[in-house]
Amino acid sequence: MNLHEYQARELLQRYGISFPPAEVAATPDEARAIAQRLGKGGAGRVVVKAQVHAGGRGKAGGVTLANSPAEAAEHAARILGLTIRGLAVRKVLVAAAVDIASESYLGVIVDRAAQRPVLMVSPAGGVDIEEVAARSPEQIHRLGVDPRYGLLAHQAIALGFRLYRDVTQVRAAADVMQRLYAAFYGVGASLAEINPLATTPAGRLVALDAKIVIDDSELGRRPEIAALRDLSTEAPAEERARAAGLSFIKLNGSVGCCVNGAGLAMATMDLVKLYGGAPANFLDIGGSSNPEKVVAALEIITGDAAVKAILFNIFGGITRCDDVANGIVQATTQLSLKVPLVIRLTGTNEAEAVEILTRAGFSALTDMDEAVQRAVALAAGRP
Amino acid sequence: MSIFIDQSTRLLVQGVTGRDGSFHTRQMIGYGTKVVAGVTPGKGGELFEGVVPVYDTVADAVRETQPNAAVIYVPAAAAVSAIFEAADAGLGLIVCITEGIPVLDMTRVTPFLHERGARLIGPNCPGLISPGKCKIGIIPGNICKPGRIGVVSRSGTLTYEIIHQLSGHDFGQSTCVGIGGDPIVGTSFIQCLSAFQADAETDAVVLIGEIGGTDEQQAAEFVQRAMTKPVVGFIAGQTAPPGRRMGHAGAIVSGAEGTAAEKMAALERAGVGVMQRPADVVPLLKERL
Repeated sequence: MNLHEYQARELLQRYGISFPPAEVAATPDEARAIAQRLGKGGAGRVVVKAQVHAGGRGKAGGVTLANSPAEAAEHAARILGLTIRGLAVRKVLVAAAVDIASESYLGVIVDRAAQRPVLMVSPAGGVDIEEVAARSPEQIHRLGVDPRYGLLAHQAIALGFRLYRDVTQVRAAADVMQRLYAAFYGVGASLAEINPLATTPAGRLVALDAKIVIDDSELGRRPEIAALRDLSTEAPAEERARAAGLSFIKLNGSVGCCVNGAGLAMATMDLVKLYGGAPANFLDIGGSSNPEKVVAALEIITGDAAVKAILFNIFGGITRCDDVANGIVQATTQLSLKVPLVIRLTGTNEAEAVEILTRAGFSALTDMDEAVQRAVALAAGRP
Repeated sequence: MSIFIDQSTRLLVQGVTGRDGSFHTRQMIGYGTKVVAGVTPGKGGELFEGVVPVYDTVADAVRETQPNAAVIYVPAAAAVSAIFEAADAGLGLIVCITEGIPVLDMTRVTPFLHERGARLIGPNCPGLISPGKCKIGIIPGNICKPGRIGVVSRSGTLTYEIIHQLSGHDFGQSTCVGIGGDPIVGTSFIQCLSAFQADAETDAVVLIGEIGGTDEQQAAEFVQRAMTKPVVGFIAGQTAPPGRRMGHAGAIVSGAEGTAAEKMAALERAGVGVMQRPADVVPLLKERL
């Protein structure tokens, strides 16, 4: 689960990392008021930043410097109307502007191959770290962290010397690294980064932007983190699917897919493409064979007007084919289907399933390739 | 032979009295797996199905029944503790079916296992089966046939699909291993490939990977360097959008890393026969055997 910048900086502040003062606004007037408050006793300049779950906000015009409260309101009005990578901007963060002498990068992720958290730091901050990794990988310094002991002080200090010469700054950066690691571990993140960690002309270190991604498997035991989910950033169908216990991702094709198992669901989508079609979604109905899940799945798929044919691909193991067949019959009686249905099922209780479907006027296939080809043809309007 | 499990495997089931645990324990016993003990805290002294003794702790079960493998069917909130408990009691093979274990918990599990020399299969996996000999987990026994093809996969039902293709064309299997769909799993592709390479009763290996991470790329490098047996591979997720988790916690393209195209290219460079669709497994194996 992605957090917004304002949520990430709040979490990191709890771990003792300092950011410039800032508040969230949903309207230009709110942005103006915040800029006025932040301006008292300062230069009055603020940065207005789009709060969306998308990289490249700056390039998309979603981050702008404002020299006055009136300008902050103008920028907020424009940014609140933006759509960045398909996501509408509904909130902006208005933060006191800071003069920057240099910028570093600090990040923690889980290294899958090494099976441990890894701290990454770079003196080339302020840009996408993947760009740095591609262009000048020698600028990124990595350290695997033993989760039993956490990030040790001498390790952090050694990394600090990769970023700064001044020992006061080295110690300050090491302190931020240890707090960032503690936050990463403490909130159950799969990624936590500060980019940039800026150095002011006076030599002080201050975090200007933060990103945290939470491991979905942590949400069950961390209700306070789960409550940070922003439902407005998700396709409504994805939200409905999650409530129904389905794993669903909307795509842009015309062949609706309903499959048991994530790997088979991906392979089915790939096969749709191989035969010249385009999948409308990823959908895994999971290992259980609850007919209600099948009903919910069909409701979600048929809610997409782009879907021209629906393909069921079920390999019965734990999932019983007859349960899925019952779900299909139940769902098609409740919903009036306007698009053709192609059903492929094989495995546990296949014969019973075929009987149930035949009685209801459906035919069932047993071969995956044949079923996918038929669904692709039907979606393209070929008989 | 076979890898990891055979007729000598003595299995302990953690979570034996639960809904999933009891169902699959009956299936495993029906398949011929020697289930010697079950563990459910608070139910020690009972008999599961009138035959399998149930203990309160894994240590008690180990002392009384000498199992050499454990399978875990407990909910995610208790699964990490179950892995630690099995390793602490000295079990050398631990198979964790449970999905939804936090990744940071797994970063603490793996060093604990290394220190004790225990092998973990999973989590978030369907387990493994040596057809005709032993089944641990949830792979349907009826789709498998004894034979000489090794299968290793990050998936569940996609694995069944490919096993089904193999069995339908008289390619039986020596062992089928589901290593799991999480970002951190106990046993890698390489460890399975290495075991299949050393197994006298395996002639060729089918590798089923998916988007996310670099395990397949490392496997490709291993095939080129260390394997003489033919390998054919499939990668799921060519049409997956970047940055989205495709059901499995580990199936995500992050930035430019972990794409299906990159993995298929790495396998092809290593001389692995790369399938375009699951049905290609049989012709590709025939070309190579």
